[in-house]
Amino acid sequence: MSDAAATLKSMPQSGGFGNSPLVQWAKANLFPNWWSTAVTLVLAYLILKFGFGLLSWAVFNAVWTVEGNNTEVCRQLKGIGACWALITEKYRFILFGTYPFQQHWRPTLVILIFIALYGVSTVRTLWNYRLGIIWAAGLLSIGILMWGGVFGLSYVEQERWGGLPITLMLATFGIALAFPLGILLALGRRSDMPAIKAICVGYIELIRGVPLISLLFMASVMLPLFLPEGLTIDKLLRAQVAIIMFAGAYLAEVIRGGLQAIPKGQYEAADALGLSYWKKTGFIILPQALKIVIPPLVNTFIGMFKDTSLVVIIGIYDLLGAAKVSTIEPAWRGFSVEAYAFVSIIYFVFCFAMSKYSQKVEAELSHTHKR
Amino acid sequence: MASIPRSARRPSPPAVKLSLNDPFVRSILYQVLVVGGVALIVWYLVSNTMANMEARKIASGFGFLNREAGFAISEHSIDYSPADSYFRALVVGVLNTLLVAFLGIVLATILGTVIGIGRLAKNWLIAKICSVYVEVMRNLPLAVQLFFWYAMIIENLPGPRQALNPLPGVFLSARGIMIPVPASDPLNMWILIALLMGILGTIGVSRWASARQAATGQQFPMMRAGAALILGLPLITWLLGGAPTTLDWPELRGFNFQGGGSLSPEFAALLIGLVTYTAAFIAEIVRSGILAVSHGQTEAASALGLRRSLTLRLVVLPQALRVIIPPMISQYLNITKNSSLAVLIGYPDIVSIANTALNQTGQAIEGIAIIMMVYLTVSLSIAAFGNWYNKRIALVER
Repeated sequence: MSDAAATLKSMPQSGGFGNSPLVQWAKANLFPNWWSTAVTLVLAYLILKFGFGLLSWAVFNAVWTVEGNNTEVCRQLKGIGACWALITEKYRFILFGTYPFQQHWRPTLVILIFIALYGVSTVRTLWNYRLGIIWAAGLLSIGILMWGGVFGLSYVEQERWGGLPITLMLATFGIALAFPLGILLALGRRSDMPAIKAICVGYIELIRGVPLISLLFMASVMLPLFLPEGLTIDKLLRAQVAIIMFAGAYLAEVIRGGLQAIPKGQYEAADALGLSYWKKTGFIILPQALKIVIPPLVNTFIGMFKDTSLVVIIGIYDLLGAAKVSTIEPAWRGFSVEAYAFVSIIYFVFCFAMSKYSQKVEAELSHTHKR
Repeated sequence: MASIPRSARRPSPPAVKLSLNDPFVRSILYQVLVVGGVALIVWYLVSNTMANMEARKIASGFGFLNREAGFAISEHSIDYSPADSYFRALVVGVLNTLLVAFLGIVLATILGTVIGIGRLAKNWLIAKICSVYVEVMRNLPLAVQLFFWYAMIIENLPGPRQALNPLPGVFLSARGIMIPVPASDPLNMWILIALLMGILGTIGVSRWASARQAATGQQFPMMRAGAALILGLPLITWLLGGAPTTLDWPELRGFNFQGGGSLSPEFAALLIGLVTYTAAFIAEIVRSGILAVSHGQTEAASALGLRRSLTLRLVVLPQALRVIIPPMISQYLNITKNSSLAVLIGYPDIVSIANTALNQTGQAIEGIAIIMMVYLTVSLSIAAFGNWYNKRIALVER
């Protein structure tokens, strides 16, 4: 739409239907010659046909509510109308898992805090220690809200957590804790010391060569074997460890790209000023390198956000896992497509917003580079 | 992991010869500390594991591979029965992974290229449809898409008796997708051999042709010769064999289909999901590759009098491919790794078979080691091939 709008704006306004900018635009972009016209017409027909089919399935013929799990109406309309009654009935389960029903305001607040934290992080003027304080406060209140046990909040054990807060937590903590690991690995990979370089290259290539699923399996079956007798960590934390290890390797490669893009003169100038390695890295190199790689960093975060859905394999009920479980009851069996469509919309909103932000930053950065 | 030894980095009182101010000495010290730290962590984990395994009476080692597997695998491209060994079961899994990864790579490349070029189309509707496709597919987790396609097939397609029949001989039902395949015939093998000969012949002729062009400047119609060899040889073999046209059609007998080729719901869902998801990423790569070739190149080529086809082949494609190939290889690696999501919908790939095996035998470490070894081998081979190809087409500077 934006292309069309831009074209429309750039065209001079003139009277008469045949000369109106819309008609001119359509002539130039939809009907320039006979074969393009034919393609446009065929595609328009297909879009209208499928669009109307989808609309009548999703809206006109859909069943929005049913009384007391009686899904007979839905079954009769199967394939003709969507059974959104599943969502109206189970949306709280899909969003919050088995969290105690009366306490659902707490995970709701947690989701809002996460969104607010993401939003605040895009404000340039806060990109300093203040952002760190905001994040620390945000994560602290998220922990308090989820666990409870203080300030008169009832305690909720971790096994009962589920749904969207789990997805947001795994992705956010995954990236946040993988970030320092990624920086160290990237620096190590560019180091002159052969032993350190070898260890970092080995780690990065090993992790990037295997699928996340194998790491999740490893975390769920092997981590208990790695730890000393008596020390156990729960499923969620194990999945979190696997995601951090995985994200660290990918972040390292992104950050390495930034480090390589810094001109050699910057390194040499820092050396000439007599800065130590850590001062040089911390004050001169990393601030510039990280700024360049913001767009790929956001893309890595989107990837991690999507990949958290794999924890369903080791029996954690994140957003996708809860959606899968929501149709297990016999009454609702056969309506998974509706459940997946619902969570798809949630995943899409988050990922799309982040990818738009990354495109915006990328455009701004390329602008400043051009001068 | 590299962070362990930082505590020791401040130089201590200057020694006479081996000063910590000497960068060389310092570097050795750091490396010794880091390697020592990593070794310590590994030793700690290994000793814990040994103690735990002893306490739980788990025997380590790969001896279990020769034992009878005892579980059935729904899809296998080599003979397999539950009486076969775990090793054979794992081989079946690896072959299933490779099959779906290979088909996924081929189909995603085709679909992705079409969509990537479509995004650059002058026709606004085509460009818009393609960009909406890319945005939607890229921003949904693959796991959701796989579940979605699988639910579409097994929950929303009709049973075999009411199977959808969009094309003659093609049936879509909750039991999977049925297609007609050529009836088995000894001639098929000969046609395959003819095809191979044609490919080998084309490689040989193109070497000869480029050598001749380099020596004499004479051109050889390589495209036509290659097409004639690759298509012509199998066609001649087929005609010589009496041109059999029998196809094995799927037919509804009783409650299910007989004959023809079939894609199980699991395989179909996995393949559709992998291809449609990865195609979105490939489309972006292709688009950026084409955009990376500046307009001046095309104009310069036509100023030199090159025909459009030659411009594309000699000027635009070589430069676009240089941008396209490296990210494309990482997408191929991603397809291979993402095929492990098969375990979500029950397609028997290496991960789900190794997982079954490790649940049955309790050999967790070995099972996961096998999964990782398989993927590392495949990933490193694809990466090595990619790097070799990339080096071949890379820009040779002075």
